Amino acid sequence: MGNKTPLYDTHVAAGGKMVDFGGWDMPLNYGSQLDEHHVVRQDAGMFDVSHMTVVDVAGAEAKAFLRHLLANDIARLKDSGKALYGCMLKPDGGVIDDLITYFLDDEHYRLVVNAATRDKDIAWIMAQAGKFDVTVTERPELAMIAIQGPNARAKVNGLLSADTAAAAAALKVFFATVDGDWFIARTGYTGEDGYEIILPEGDAVDFWNRLVAAGVRPCGLGARDTLRLEAGMNLYGSDMDESTSPWSTGLAWTVALEPADRDFIGRAALEKEKADGVSMKRVGLVLEGKGVLRNHQRVVVAGVGEGEITSGGFSPTLGVGIALARVPKATGDRCQVDVRGKLLDCRVVTPPFVRNGQSCL
Amino acid sequence: MSNLPADLKYTASHEWIRDEGDGVVTIGITDHAQELLGDLVYVELPEIGREVDAEEAIAVVESVKAASDVYAPIAGEVVAVNEALSDSPEVINSDAYGAGWLLKMKIEDGALDDMLDVDAYQAVLDDEG
Repeated sequence: MGNKTPLYDTHVAAGGKMVDFGGWDMPLNYGSQLDEHHVVRQDAGMFDVSHMTVVDVAGAEAKAFLRHLLANDIARLKDSGKALYGCMLKPDGGVIDDLITYFLDDEHYRLVVNAATRDKDIAWIMAQAGKFDVTVTERPELAMIAIQGPNARAKVNGLLSADTAAAAAALKVFFATVDGDWFIARTGYTGEDGYEIILPEGDAVDFWNRLVAAGVRPCGLGARDTLRLEAGMNLYGSDMDESTSPWSTGLAWTVALEPADRDFIGRAALEKEKADGVSMKRVGLVLEGKGVLRNHQRVVVAGVGEGEITSGGFSPTLGVGIALARVPKATGDRCQVDVRGKLLDCRVVTPPFVRNGQSCL
Repeated sequence: MSNLPADLKYTASHEWIRDEGDGVVTIGITDHAQELLGDLVYVELPEIGREVDAEEAIAVVESVKAASDVYAPIAGEVVAVNEALSDSPEVINSDAYGAGWLLKMKIEDGALDDMLDVDAYQAVLDDEG
């Protein structure tokens, strides 16, 4: 048996189909993954993401440490509560993990990293922290619930105290507010508005049940994956890993090369790769006929070369096969994908495929 | 619990077979199979007239989760396919033994005798736990 979140028994009681995910027993769905997908696009759904790892970084050199550790520049964060997405790189530019950093003040930051990479992330962060005056504290006693969808924030706000609800309602996109042990962020992994709420594990079941009563539907990891794929968001381990750099995986926007004197891990390798010329790029694919695109299928670009699907699936919102793929830089707006020996025509697009309930195609 | 009609034959790879008489059988995937796959979103069916060997892959059912081959339980010739699945593959989830049928085959006399009956298939499911 794997690790269990505080909501494990609640998932089982609700008919959740439990599967292993990065060493955690998590719900894949509670019946229909498609219904769960649609409810997030159209109303409000929620995900137990307590398996994700919360790490607090504090100390006089917290800012200097994170400016060294991360490829994005947290010095860009000026307003308390503001979040920044980015990567932690190896010296050779490979991606150790992608994460969100929340700025609380110059000496206090909160990181949220992936569950499947927890051990190596913590070991890496600790090893790098040695040279800085910081304390790094993992917070396994915290649970995390993502409530997503056009009606998600209104339904959550109705369950909060008046003061907290007002603070949450006033949050701009990609900002968080702290309320005692609770941390409410207007972030997500679905392409819809919503919150990700970090709360004490002892509060998780009660809050989950109140959300259910408020009409928020429990959703599993299956819907989480199709939602993030439609939103064009990378999944660590599929769309990027330690063998790929941000340049070829659609993450260039998360790398801050300016200011030029910021010495972050991986910088020299990224600059060299850029100077030498990056050969691959990340694109979105839309299958023109019927069918489903899958991870690792071969992409054929006539006259140019070959690539590979890094995340493929079926878009419930659009009703077609879609994928994220790594293809040669010179790829134009057409390609083919090898689906069980047949080359099927695809359109090459810039993700996202769906945002805020609407098709982007 | 999976629903298992007693009048059908089954395979250990989770296909069901209904004897329509005159050497024609209808083939689909079992309720257990659709439950494992999850929401179906695409079905690839064979050409009518195709001759297949027993245990040859004849169709592909794809769910949100995965693509899965469907195997010919018996050798024969494909004589019909369920065209309606092209637009609504989800009927396999809701009605695996009825509207969710995949194809019909013409087979040799007596070829059905080696197939699993409902009790034998139930034993397969029990073994899988």
